[in-house]
Amino acid sequence: MLSVYDPRVGPAAAAEILRCEGLTLSFGPRLVQSDLNFSVRRGSIFAVMGGSGCGKSTVLRALIGLLRPTKGAIFIQNENLWGATAARRNQISQKFGVLFQGGALWSSMTVAENVALPLLMLTHIDQAAITQLVRLKLALVGLAAAEDTFPSALSGGMRKRAGLARALALDPEILFFDEPSAGLDPISSQRLDELILGLRDGFGATVILVSHELSSLYAICDDGIFLDANEKTAIGRGAPRDLRENSAHPTIQSFMRRTS
Amino acid sequence: MSISIPPTWKVDRRGNVAVLALTGDWLAAKSGMLGVAETDQIIGQIGSCTSLQFDTALLARWDSALVAFVWRLHDITGGRTNLSLDLSSLPEPLRRLVCLAAADKGTPGKPPRAPGLLKFAHAYALGCCAGLVASADLLGTFALSIVPALRGRLQARTTDLTALMQECGSQALGIITVVNGLVGAILAFVGAVQLQRFGAGIYVADLVGVATVREMAPIMTAIVMAGRTGGAYAAEIATMEGNEEIDALRILGVSPQQYLVVPRVAALMAMMPIAYFYANLVGVLGGLLVSGAVLDLTPTLFLGQLRQAVPPADFYIGLSKSIVFGAFIAIASCRRGLGAGRSAADVGRAATDAVVTGIIGVIALDAVFAACTNALGI
Repeated sequence: MLSVYDPRVGPAAAAEILRCEGLTLSFGPRLVQSDLNFSVRRGSIFAVMGGSGCGKSTVLRALIGLLRPTKGAIFIQNENLWGATAARRNQISQKFGVLFQGGALWSSMTVAENVALPLLMLTHIDQAAITQLVRLKLALVGLAAAEDTFPSALSGGMRKRAGLARALALDPEILFFDEPSAGLDPISSQRLDELILGLRDGFGATVILVSHELSSLYAICDDGIFLDANEKTAIGRGAPRDLRENSAHPTIQSFMRRTS
Repeated sequence: MSISIPPTWKVDRRGNVAVLALTGDWLAAKSGMLGVAETDQIIGQIGSCTSLQFDTALLARWDSALVAFVWRLHDITGGRTNLSLDLSSLPEPLRRLVCLAAADKGTPGKPPRAPGLLKFAHAYALGCCAGLVASADLLGTFALSIVPALRGRLQARTTDLTALMQECGSQALGIITVVNGLVGAILAFVGAVQLQRFGAGIYVADLVGVATVREMAPIMTAIVMAGRTGGAYAAEIATMEGNEEIDALRILGVSPQQYLVVPRVAALMAMMPIAYFYANLVGVLGGLLVSGAVLDLTPTLFLGQLRQAVPPADFYIGLSKSIVFGAFIAIASCRRGLGAGRSAADVGRAATDAVVTGIIGVIALDAVFAACTNALGI
């Protein structure tokens, strides 16, 4: 359950960590996305791209174990997420850190308590060490001063960063971000991008993010998939920059080259 | 996963340079964490050296535990001019994380201290006054809305009103039936046992009739409404507050008092008398069934006695009580909702407060009614 940097492992770090085979998602009779096939390399920053309403967040919910796919399978380190029992799925999802769109902080707890809760619930670390780890996570996201603040007193960007600190609590192997830069000003958004890069390089975590924020897609993502709302499947595969340069699909071209 | 080796450290002094060798696994959840005591020891062992280097050749696996440890060392040595920390001797990922954490210079502010008793009493009293003012404000808004409402110029929607009336009217019938039917039956049971001893069993109809019409039907119905509808009003309005829905109304120039509170008060005031009327019917029915079973009273006999026993004044008193209770519950609950904070706990607190205020208020108002009717001799 820990993201461990092991100097002796070395090149094995390039192995695949997550794989989708024929993933199909629907809400009742309404098809959202069908037949998605992709794999995510360990240590990469993988983007799920596409216009609004194409089902990006729905795909993310399936990947983190909140929404059962209609068809197909998701493998986390070669283990079928939705083929496992509910108890096993909970164990697998402890490898995940998730940053929800609005931060999803628990409103009745201070920021520090929010970050401490996963550690309290799922590990046997003693209180002094938890305090130390919580301080570290908050300092990493630049919120050391906000320890005893309640979420309602935080700005949108601070809530995102506090949510990120909580997502980092258990040193996750895979970090999921739902629209990390939505609602942030360009400077905060850039800071968050740098933070994501720093955390990936530091902890060696894999990052999967849902976004339609072009500047951050180009800045940090090295792989990705492009979903389309009309065709209801993936219409492009690869790093955002490569898609912009090499894809012939008109939707991808107009999305990637939007100048505004 | 493989067995973990406990984390260890050793300081080696070479002239002016101290070398800190880190070995083993530094995994927070598995091999434990080294904390304040260890960092203090290290600083002590460094002594007069001016530079601290790291030797990580025998370092195995690590996670946040090691980052926190080195960050703490960095923090301590940062305040000293005669000792420099050579971070470049760390593995690159570790160095990046320590730098990232060290870049945040903010220090947590002191947590606010709990206020003293006097301050607390002061704040509490002010809160109570503000609450009373807000409730009076809502009552006034409602009173001032009556004329515009009759002219059809109110900032509210009739579809809201009908939905609200359905919610606190027909949908509450089930629970009103159960509660009032049982209360009527209990009254008949208690009365029958006592009155039978005097051979006055027939008067059980008087007891059930007067108690139900004058007291039990209005109070029981109001308590049901306070728990069911009052709590829902408070929770709904408090959630809207948290979602900025109330702010959105204010921006439009729509008064939340008029748009949200007036229809709710009107709906409950309109439905309470009907519910009261219905509660009388089931209450009397409950009493009738029990007296039939226990005392062998025929329905004709029971209802005949009941008609003689209950004067119309009792019915009008009960009816006016039910209207007043309805208005009170709706206004108190909406006020709790509008004054709530924005967190999930605040919504729960608003709902609880609304129910508590509703029930206590209804019983207090009933006492006022009793005193007034007694003074007036009705």
